[in-house]
Amino acid sequence: MTAAQVPTAARARTQPWGHDFLNVLKSEWTKIRSIRSTYWTLLTAAVLTIGLSAIVCAVFVAQFSHLKASDIATFNASSTSLTGGILAQFAIAVFGVLVITGEYATGMIRTTFAAVPQRLNVLWAKVVVFSVVTFGVTSAACFVAFFIGQGILSAKHIGVSIGAPNAVRTVIGTALYLTVLGLLSLGLGVVLRKTAGAICAVVGVLFVVPVLAGFLPSSLDAIQKFLPSNAGQAIIDSGPHQAGATAQLAPWVGMGVFALYAVAVLTIGALRIERRDA
Amino acid sequence: MIEARGLTKHYGATVAVDDLSFEVHGGQVTGFLGPNGAGKSTTLRMVMGLDAPTAGAVTINGQPYTSLRNPLFHVGAMLEAGALHDGRSAFNHLWSIAQSNGIARKRVTEVLEIVGLASVAKRRAGQFSMGMGQRLGIGVALLGDPELLIFDEPVNGLDPDGIIWIRNLMRSLAAEGRTVFVSSHLMSEMALTADSVIVIGKGKLLAETSVEALIHGSAQNFVRVRSSRIDAIAKLCEVNGGASTVEADGALAVTGLTAKAIGDLAAAKGIALHELSPQDASLEEAYMELTRDSVEYLAGVPGSRAPVVPPMKGKVA
Repeated sequence: MTAAQVPTAARARTQPWGHDFLNVLKSEWTKIRSIRSTYWTLLTAAVLTIGLSAIVCAVFVAQFSHLKASDIATFNASSTSLTGGILAQFAIAVFGVLVITGEYATGMIRTTFAAVPQRLNVLWAKVVVFSVVTFGVTSAACFVAFFIGQGILSAKHIGVSIGAPNAVRTVIGTALYLTVLGLLSLGLGVVLRKTAGAICAVVGVLFVVPVLAGFLPSSLDAIQKFLPSNAGQAIIDSGPHQAGATAQLAPWVGMGVFALYAVAVLTIGALRIERRDA
Repeated sequence: MIEARGLTKHYGATVAVDDLSFEVHGGQVTGFLGPNGAGKSTTLRMVMGLDAPTAGAVTINGQPYTSLRNPLFHVGAMLEAGALHDGRSAFNHLWSIAQSNGIARKRVTEVLEIVGLASVAKRRAGQFSMGMGQRLGIGVALLGDPELLIFDEPVNGLDPDGIIWIRNLMRSLAAEGRTVFVSSHLMSEMALTADSVIVIGKGKLLAETSVEALIHGSAQNFVRVRSSRIDAIAKLCEVNGGASTVEADGALAVTGLTAKAIGDLAAAKGIALHELSPQDASLEEAYMELTRDSVEYLAGVPGSRAPVVPPMKGKVA
């Protein structure tokens, strides 16, 4: 080996062990910011969160005089101003799935695993980078949606300030719900490897499972609140007026249950990523 | 450098690689040959830790690939040129991979120059031609300036310019003292670049030898003899353990005896020879002979013959 003749990077080999995960994090950060789908999925999520929430608030204000007293009594100004977050979850699900299936679909995954044979480092680095990016963007969008929404609602004096009970929790909770949902999607992407299959699976978990559960005998109604979407959205929906409702888990308990689903799917994904051929 | 022991890979009922053992030695170009479907790519994926062997093991410098830390410094590989996200620019593709192994940004720029993609570094890789994609794949392999380079069918689908570029690159990498392990189904390509070859067919090792030994050991080698008394020469050869056939133009093709032996025998009988020339098979012919049975099998023609494996100086299985 006549390394001296060649411009060599090998000679600059100075990274101690502890820096390995940091290197993979940097690598995943470069990957996530150098793909267009990152930008359009996040932009879509932000536009839906802010725009749709504003529309819903405006409709509410316009219909205010027709509302019954009972409707107004249960009105939750915080969650109403974040209604768009429920639609933004489609964009975030696609983003989460693509983070991993984009590599499987293109064959990039084999280049990735050849460079980092410690495959779980790749998975956890993706999880960290995805979470930070998604939570950063969605929480910013949620705060903007909240303030715009409250501004609109204040025309009928039904808006609340950010200092109102549960307001911050609802705003952060919506961003957290979207982030955990994205991680669940990422996990399904790892397990299924195919973009279309994983997106279908996310939609199935969020929308089809609750519908199917609706057909269960009423004696089993108790499981409804433990379904992923119902549990996760408890942090958005349950305001002070729903405190007595039996249909939902307590906000943070619900978020915990929802997070457990994501952890479970990611764990299955981690086992598969280690054992299956790339 | 690379050592495979009893490497086996099953996909369901299909045996892609069957008890394969070989060694790739340092400082030379080793060709990895076999017909399409022989199991070359599967073997290389196992070398790279991408596919897990059903049985057996393969190590790089005594270590399994998956236990290498920052492997790009030890092994650079291009298994498929298309193994990249087509939405990412050439620079970002290389940069993201470089970062994962702690390789400096400066090296990415350097590699882009080496593979001739500096001017299109910001273009999305999906817009690249096959040749450019191949260069980018080789760029990934060069990032860590490794001692061992593995290329799977690097000239596949390239135009003549690209083929020459890759050929020269492999030669210069070997000249720098690096180990190059390169697969191909084209013997002609290996004849120009390889020092030694590992030939497989149907997932099994057919030969592990030097290029020279493969040619010399081929049953296609013979000695051409011309004489006015060709019948006498033929009889003489037969008596002395050789075999001969008469060629279309009347020359005698003798196998099993060296030119020297034939010359001496003829001289002893006082027979004048007009031509006495050893004919070496081309590498292509030696290879065809070696892999004939695995190719026939793959084409679905039942081959009743046992594989014709000529005696060789190198190790033969």
